[in-house]
Amino acid sequence: MSFVLSLLSRIGIMTIFALSYNMLLGQTGLLSFGHAVYFGLGSFATLHLLNALVAHGLPVSITLLPLFGGLAGLAFGLLFGFFTTRRAGTTFAMISLGIGEMVASSSLMFPAFFGGEGGITGNRVTGRGLFGIDYGTPLQMYCLIAAWAALCLLLTYGLTQTPLGRLANAVRDNPERVEFIGYSPHSIRYRMVALAGFFAGIAGGLSALQYEIVTAEALSDHLSGLVILMAFVGGTGTFYGPLIGAALVTVLQVAVASVTPAWPFYFGLVFLLIVLYAPGGIAGLLVQHKAVWQAGLLRRLLPAYLVAALPGAAVLLGTVAVVEMAYARGPERGDARLHLLFLPLDARSAVSWVLAAAAIAAGILLLKIASKQVAERWESVHAALAEAPR
Amino acid sequence: MSAAPALRLSGLCKSFGNAVILKGVELTIAKGERHAIIGPNGAGKSTLFDVISARLPASSGSVALNGEDVSGLGPLAIHRRGLSRSFQITNIFPSLTVFDNLRCSVLWSLGYRYSFWNRLARLRDARERAGEVLEQIGLQRRRETLAGVLSYAEQRALEIGITIAGGASVLLLDEPTSGMSRSESDEAVALIRKVTAGKTLVMVEHDMSVVFGLADRISVLVYGQILATGTPAEIRASAVVQEAYLGKSFTHA
Repeated sequence: MSFVLSLLSRIGIMTIFALSYNMLLGQTGLLSFGHAVYFGLGSFATLHLLNALVAHGLPVSITLLPLFGGLAGLAFGLLFGFFTTRRAGTTFAMISLGIGEMVASSSLMFPAFFGGEGGITGNRVTGRGLFGIDYGTPLQMYCLIAAWAALCLLLTYGLTQTPLGRLANAVRDNPERVEFIGYSPHSIRYRMVALAGFFAGIAGGLSALQYEIVTAEALSDHLSGLVILMAFVGGTGTFYGPLIGAALVTVLQVAVASVTPAWPFYFGLVFLLIVLYAPGGIAGLLVQHKAVWQAGLLRRLLPAYLVAALPGAAVLLGTVAVVEMAYARGPERGDARLHLLFLPLDARSAVSWVLAAAAIAAGILLLKIASKQVAERWESVHAALAEAPR
Repeated sequence: MSAAPALRLSGLCKSFGNAVILKGVELTIAKGERHAIIGPNGAGKSTLFDVISARLPASSGSVALNGEDVSGLGPLAIHRRGLSRSFQITNIFPSLTVFDNLRCSVLWSLGYRYSFWNRLARLRDARERAGEVLEQIGLQRRRETLAGVLSYAEQRALEIGITIAGGASVLLLDEPTSGMSRSESDEAVALIRKVTAGKTLVMVEHDMSVVFGLADRISVLVYGQILATGTPAEIRASAVVQEAYLGKSFTHA
């Protein structure tokens, strides 16, 4: 139970963070490599405020405390955004990377604020709960996170329906023309970065309360990379894509990490496959197939998919076998024998390696043939969709 | 309304390194006038538009809009003062719907600035103004279509729609009929005539039937200078113009 709650809590926090990130990437066309800066600074600010309030014996209701994290994120968004948003594209990406590195390294320069290597800790249970809710239990904390996530979802969606939200899309599409309809692309990007900083700060604040510890990890390029992964896997082209990404990546992170030390490898692989073969992410696939389904044409695709699934599974299994055996040969594990589903493998035996390689090779070969089928079916579906009256 | 001309260009020069493109352009365009700028390829017509609309900074000289010196201002400042332009190469927002292309283009003129507290759907004036423009450019049936998948002629119409949506009083259209078939071009001329009524229009155009059909006055730009300015009849009759640019066949156009 507590495992599920902690997983759900993390998903809630990451949902807010991913929504905030997609305000930049999906909606404004800004690829940021340093979004964790706002998450982390929101985290630190929230925990410092909590500790200060407790230390001075002031009444604390942590219910609203994440708002302070949001304000910290907003403040730093206003500060950094002014410099980063003058240009989009590569310039923005590089400056965001630079700022991310600077802030992350300053965590060691200002140990009083960042707590050095160990980070800072706090205690969210202040004994001043409202109606007996003091957030002492994981369930209460989860409810707080869920409430904030719902609120942020509502607000970020609302933002897409405002003049600024739509102008951000216009800037993403064609910043030059925006200037010739009377708007400054810089001002639009600047506001979006500041607002994204606000929501990232809320996510950071909730994270600080959930874990009651914040370390430099919260500012790191690792977390910045993770949120890019979530946005891409879920799909940046839709509003809800990052929600799917945040949930899926978090579940995978917890589930896969619990069974294999090779999980970052699999993450990289999934990322690669999505960027190469489904650039719209999972949400993009859903949108595509929804149109096909509504036209009643899904039946044309399914058989080809099923045929492709078999060699696909063979490639997957072979790849996992190779990766796991490679890890088993590494210095961290003594035992070279392992089980993959029902298959006994031995990293010291040539037979296992040959079998895995053969599965990959045969799978790829058959997958090539099968994917031609899928492509043909898609062509016929596209043709039928184009003819269908709108 | 003051008596100041809509647009006055004085000694406008533009050079890229050693290449001098505009060599002191002098031109005055009255309010309500429909003015065409013609000239051979490479004469600097598009550069002239870029300099007037501040897409490019002028090397020297000045631009006055409705009597106010706007030299050195950026494109959005000039747009806010009532000058709007279209582009020779279609320059729209491809992943927004046709309607949103237009709605974004009316927002500034209606004073919504960078609002993130108003809901777009509730902004009745923006919706109505965008709907009006949509009807003017004849794309009602494409209202919810993504601009990027429109046909070429439809995109050209949208290009004009975006340009006029903000209610600018001075409109610069850069080759509005380029790449169009005869019938598409005729429709475009009718559209331009309709949407520029009561406004000042300056256009660059290669199609002589469009130019002579629309313009009150014509300027001939050759090698970065205005060679002649006059009514269509005067330009047609001008020996200088014929020699420098139009050629003999032109008299039959």
